[in-house]
Amino acid sequence: MTTTTTTTPPATVPPPATPLLHRFRVPAGFALGAVLLLGVAPLALSDFRLSLLAKYLCYAIVAVGVSLAWGRGGLMVLGQGVFFGLGGYAMAMHLKLTDAAATGEKLPDFMQLYGTGDALPWWWKPFANPGFALAMTVLLPMAVAALLGFLVFRRKVKGAYFAILSQALAAALSIWLVGQQATTGGTNGLTDIQGFFGYSLDDPVNQRMVYFIIAAVLLLLMALARQLFVSRYGELLVAVRDSEERVRFLGYNPANVKLVAYVVAAGMAGLAGALFVPAVGIISPALIGIVPSIGFVIGAAVGGRASLVGAVLGAIAVAWAQSTLSDEFPAAWTYLQGLLFVLAVGFLPGGLASLGVVLRRRRTRTGTPATGETA
Amino acid sequence: MTVVLNQSFTGISIGAVLLLIALGLTLTFGQMGVINMAHGEFIMAGAYTTYVLQKSISSAGVSLLVALPLAFLVAGAMGALLEWLLIRRLYTRPLDTLLVTWGVSLMLQQLARDVFGAPNVQTAAPDLLTGNISAGSVTFANNRLFILGLALLCVLGLTLVLRFTPLGRRIRAVVQNRDLAEVSGIATGQVDRITFFIGSGLAGVAGVALTLVGPIGPTMGTNYIVDAFLVVVVGGIGQLKGAVITAFALGVLQSVLEYSTTVSVAKVVVLVAIVAFLQWRPQGLYTLRTRSLA
Repeated sequence: MTTTTTTTPPATVPPPATPLLHRFRVPAGFALGAVLLLGVAPLALSDFRLSLLAKYLCYAIVAVGVSLAWGRGGLMVLGQGVFFGLGGYAMAMHLKLTDAAATGEKLPDFMQLYGTGDALPWWWKPFANPGFALAMTVLLPMAVAALLGFLVFRRKVKGAYFAILSQALAAALSIWLVGQQATTGGTNGLTDIQGFFGYSLDDPVNQRMVYFIIAAVLLLLMALARQLFVSRYGELLVAVRDSEERVRFLGYNPANVKLVAYVVAAGMAGLAGALFVPAVGIISPALIGIVPSIGFVIGAAVGGRASLVGAVLGAIAVAWAQSTLSDEFPAAWTYLQGLLFVLAVGFLPGGLASLGVVLRRRRTRTGTPATGETA
Repeated sequence: MTVVLNQSFTGISIGAVLLLIALGLTLTFGQMGVINMAHGEFIMAGAYTTYVLQKSISSAGVSLLVALPLAFLVAGAMGALLEWLLIRRLYTRPLDTLLVTWGVSLMLQQLARDVFGAPNVQTAAPDLLTGNISAGSVTFANNRLFILGLALLCVLGLTLVLRFTPLGRRIRAVVQNRDLAEVSGIATGQVDRITFFIGSGLAGVAGVALTLVGPIGPTMGTNYIVDAFLVVVVGGIGQLKGAVITAFALGVLQSVLEYSTTVSVAKVVVLVAIVAFLQWRPQGLYTLRTRSLA
């Protein structure tokens, strides 16, 4: 058939040879991150600083999911605290039960204090099984996200409506937890966690082990998210963000595309919450309500919501700034935090990751925006 | 029967507070799709205006009456300033205004903490508003009745402005079809600013009303803001009628549920009810039907 063509097609231009550095940018960056997190940090930091870093890395794990759902999918997930909390409580319930069993008690300490009788509530019982509890840290948030997402996306509830609903969910869960003092520890939450699957958390060596687990999980999830970003699904997700109607006309169901991103992000937040518990030793309603839920997205916004590395570094940097500054200068930190929101989201929507692009565009006055708009 | 009536009145008075707060939001949210999280801090500004006035005017009744228009102006001016400084730059990505205004709200809360101190303060209510009126076996608290009246008055005033004044016509035109309004010679930027002024001013009025039922503190706005947004979402964006019905319905639902269960369970059930409702009417109770594609 090609023999009949008289005009030769224009010779395809061979793709410009990518520099070696550029071609191996991603694996090299990943390796660098792994070396820093698993090698340099544990050697260079004291036990105290390392446990703080472990906490920041938990926030970074949430940010990976936020980057997927919000950065790539345009879903403003303001209720990540719910999933973080579900994962955290699932883990903490198991650890409290094993702590109690280790000291020969039938009930966790706070239940004896607030007096629910001497029977464990039925929904606590399965959490004594470590396999069940571990599975629940991820499956429970994913199930809640799947249910809410299915109902909400199917009816094309989006944009501001979705943001407000997810925020209300965070408020409702934390209010509910506060109200159930006898079975959830109320405002205090589940505190004073001693052991982690048989390892005492008082021992600095075990604290380091927890750090390594968290760092490994973060790297693993970043690799997973990166694969999602460059996959066909990732393209589709960005397409849904930028023009949902066009994707619908092409024959896809945007509701399903969004649902997957939302559920995966919820699972990541749940895992982060579960790892947060042994790292910090507490989970409480104050850590999962409206304010912390918005806090989960600010790191990603500052670093660059659509850029995986930007979101993770942003989350770590904001968490670090918060714990460093908020003790010493609480008032100044609040102003700074407010200013961060205004400047990062208002004037640099691509976050610090897009700073180079923005500056280059300033200089040349051409080029395309780094990130699409969320709608 | 008495219990039912008393609970309904509690619900209606919760609804009146919600309505006062949500009124301003329906305007600003409906006008531009802007989610102004600093709306709660405009409520706080109104409440602190009352507090400051009461320090200089000893009579609680007079200071309350002066506070109403003054709080409107103070909060309105703050809103107009916010619109001019930040929000008008963000019209192309309305969802991001949520986070930007959240940042503003954090700063305003801290400002209040620095100026007035972190602990809550109280204002004295005028004598007239401290008592109760009993009708048969049902008691109505005077301050609750006052808030109900104030809310209805604000609805009436806003309706009249929107329906019968040239300004109201311009506002409605911009809400319904911004592009068409603009090519028809309406200065949409100016209309936006005035709308924001009125919407934020109403938050200030709500703040004055809240001083009658609770303490004044830097974080008082955040307690109400999510509930108020839910009222707007369920009522339909930019729909006064929807906001009125929804505010009272949610208020009564909440008070009945609180009576039969607990406060925390009531919150969760209300949220579930809202999600279920949005399955049925995803765009809210009343929707604006326009031919614009947006």
